This record gives sequence, C-alpha cells and structure tokens, in this order.
Amino acid sequence: MKKLTSRVLVAAALLSVPAAVSAHRMWLLPSGTIFAGTDSWVTVDAAVSNDLFYADHQPGRIEGMKVWQPDGSPGRVQNGSTGRYRSVFDVQLDKPGTWKIGTETSALMGSFKVDGVERRVGGRGGPPGGGMGGPGGPQGRPGGPGAGGPGAGAPGGMRQPPLTAADIPANATDVQLTEVQSRNEIFVTTGEPTRTVLKPTGKGLELDPVTHPDELVAGEKAQFRFLVDGKPAAGLKVTVVPGGKRYRDAEGARELTTGADGMLALDWPNAGMYWLNATLTDNKPTAARATSRRMSYTTTVEVMTP
Amino acid sequence: MRLSAPLLIAGTIAAPATAGTVTVTIPKLAVAEYHRPYVAVWVEPQGGGPARTIAVWYDIKKVGNEPGTKWLSDLRAWWRKGGRSTAMPANGISGATRAPGTHSIPLPADLKPGAYTLNVEAARETGGRELVQVPLLVPSKAARASGSHELGAVTISAR
Repeated sequence: MKKLTSRVLVAAALLSVPAAVSAHRMWLLPSGTIFAGTDSWVTVDAAVSNDLFYADHQPGRIEGMKVWQPDGSPGRVQNGSTGRYRSVFDVQLDKPGTWKIGTETSALMGSFKVDGVERRVGGRGGPPGGGMGGPGGPQGRPGGPGAGGPGAGAPGGMRQPPLTAADIPANATDVQLTEVQSRNEIFVTTGEPTRTVLKPTGKGLELDPVTHPDELVAGEKAQFRFLVDGKPAAGLKVTVVPGGKRYRDAEGARELTTGADGMLALDWPNAGMYWLNATLTDNKPTAARATSRRMSYTTTVEVMTP
Repeated sequence: MRLSAPLLIAGTIAAPATAGTVTVTIPKLAVAEYHRPYVAVWVEPQGGGPARTIAVWYDIKKVGNEPGTKWLSDLRAWWRKGGRSTAMPANGISGATRAPGTHSIPLPADLKPGAYTLNVEAARETGGRELVQVPLLVPSKAARASGSHELGAVTISAR
C-alpha cells in the first residue's frame, strides 16, 4: 500500500515537470504603467492562464506580493481580493518615480529515500494517510475557490504538509534537491522614470533593462539585458507574447535569444501589453544540499503608441 | 467668432522681439459630450536635443482626488518628451484649456536660430488624441500643417 502511494507520488511528480514548462502562464496586468502626479493608483490583475491576458483558469496569489517604492523601500498592497479566476489588488503611487510590484520566490523541490521509500520535498505535500489520488485526481491541481464542492474533496481528510529540507533525516539516501527560483514583476512609473528599483540584485535570473521598461514605444527598439547571479545570461531564450490573443488568429509569440552579453534586442510591432518570460536551469544552486537550480523570470510591459 | 487673419497679423506685429508666432486651431466638434482638449505645444531641435515646452493647456481648476494634472500623461508624446519632468503649474507656459477657435502663442524670444520641429498635441476627455508636427525655422518662416480630428490648422508666422 505504502509502495503504491509513493509510486503514485513519483508519477505525479514526473507529470508536474512538464506542467512547469507548459503554456500555463503566470501574469500580472497593471491598469497602466505611466501615471501623472502622486494621487494615482494602479490596480493589478494577477492570474494564471494559457492566453494573454484572459483570466480563465486560476487566480494568481496575492500572498507574497511585494511592492518596491521608487526609493527601494517596501510599499503596500491594498484592497486585495481573489476571485475564481483572478486576483486583484491596488497600489497607491504616492511617490514620484518608478515602482516595482511582484513576487520573488525561492523553494526547494525534490526527493530522498529512507529505507528504500521515496519521500518528496516541497510541492504541495502528500495526500492524506491512505488516500491515493489516482491519475486525473486532485493531484497537481490547486483547487480554486468553488472547485471542491461537497464530496469532491480528498476522502481521508487533510493533506499532509510538504516536507522541507529540515525534514530530511540523517539516514536519508538518494537526496535529489532542486532549487526553484522565480520572479514575476511589473514596473509602473508616475512622473519621471527612475532606476533605483531596476538595479539588479545579483541573485538568480533577473532583468537589467537598458531601455527603461516604462519607456517602450511601438516602432522603437528596446534593449533588455538578462543576468544570472549578476552575470550576463548568454544565449537565453526569451518568449515575448502580445496580449489580446482572442482578437487575432495567431498567438504571435516570439522566441528571442540573448547575445553573448546577455542583451536582447526587441522591437515592438504594435502598442499594447506584452508578456515576457525566460527560464533557465543550471547547476549552481544557492540552497544547501540542492544539486540543481531552475529559474524563471516573468514580466509584463506596456508599449505605447508613438 | 474666430479672429480674422488681419487681426492676427496685427496682433503679432504688436508683439516684437519674438521668434515668431504659432496659431493653433481647436475645431468645433458636434459631439454629445464635449470637453475642451488638453493641449501641449513644444519645440524640438531637428538634430536632436531636449524638447522645450511652449504651452500646456489643462484643467487647472480641477483639484482634489483627481486633479487636472492627473490626465496630463494622456498627452503621451509630450509627456515622454519632457512633460513628465515639468512641474505644474509652469509660469508662462501652463494655462486653462481653451475653447474651440484659433489661439496664438508667441514663440520664446530667446529661441536660438536653427531648425526645429514644432509639435502640437491635443487629447480630449471622451475623445481622441492627435499630434501635429510642423517644421520650424528660427528666424521664422511661414509654415503650416493641419490636424484631421482633434486639431485644426497649425500655422507658424514670422515674428
């Protein structure tokens, strides 16, 4: 019984790997990126969906959402609300300059064996004792509000909390841990653009915009540099997807590659909101005991009409 | 209603020591909900260089939660070219929105001789936005361009 459970878990874990690179996209969509004065508010949608920017799958999470004020100090998320498909929150832009809003997450995922039994670290934890989510079950599918009606929940009770690196016993073998770092951030400016919040931290995969992300104009070239641990991310594939998929036939996604200096030259055929994403895997984790690292960078930028 | 051309010329002659005069026509529009447009007028050196704002017309009386300055970024070209770094109200530059008709604006007397582009941008609440560009030579030569929906004729006259 126990063996079967672990097999199912492994299967679920294997399934979740392609899920990480599937088309389900996390996105943040600000109501605007260019504002005047210090009385403005920006309202932001956060969701996960295939098509941009249509909230039709899962809401984004407001917990962990951070605000960087133009001077770099932490700001405040206000009026947060999570619906079935979309979360919404506001940020009051009461100081002039460029603000950064988004999430920075770092987690450990992986497995180890104790007495030949494999256990998972991270993720969503284990099923309740005795319960086995079979294929097509609730595994790997975060239940949004309203998803679990009466009788739809796991039969055995609460899910077990996920294991952490601290839970790995001394006699564990086959420890395989991956550090998963991700950033999803947007930039909004009131008044003159500033660059304090654009400064790279030197940690993980990040954007070092040469062209200010709030100064993008259709028909004008933009230059974005990508960095890994503060060094140029050469040959990095970056996906650029324009919003408004429903109103055209093609998705219009472009796969661009950074040069040796990590620089990405972009042109914007049309004004509108664009979603950018890059992922990278390497063997330079920062977390103890991790052997590899998976990084993801996501942003949404607004391109203005000339 | 509109100022006649001879009167305009008389007016410009009466104001010496300017690099020229710009006239901007705000068209009268038959729409159900009309608000006077926000207008920005600025010059940019043709060889590149900083833009210089000549005039900004916005809702200066609107205060409180949503002051008139909130919508200045709708003049998006001007905003990018220097509006966002201009504190409002700006002495000798900013003023109230203007009614449909022809309005004249003297070019600054200290505008150095050279080739410029004169930009006139208008953005209207519940309406559209338009940018009209006219080549400007200082000392001024007559020049003219016209908008198609939010702006009428934009003319430059010598002195």
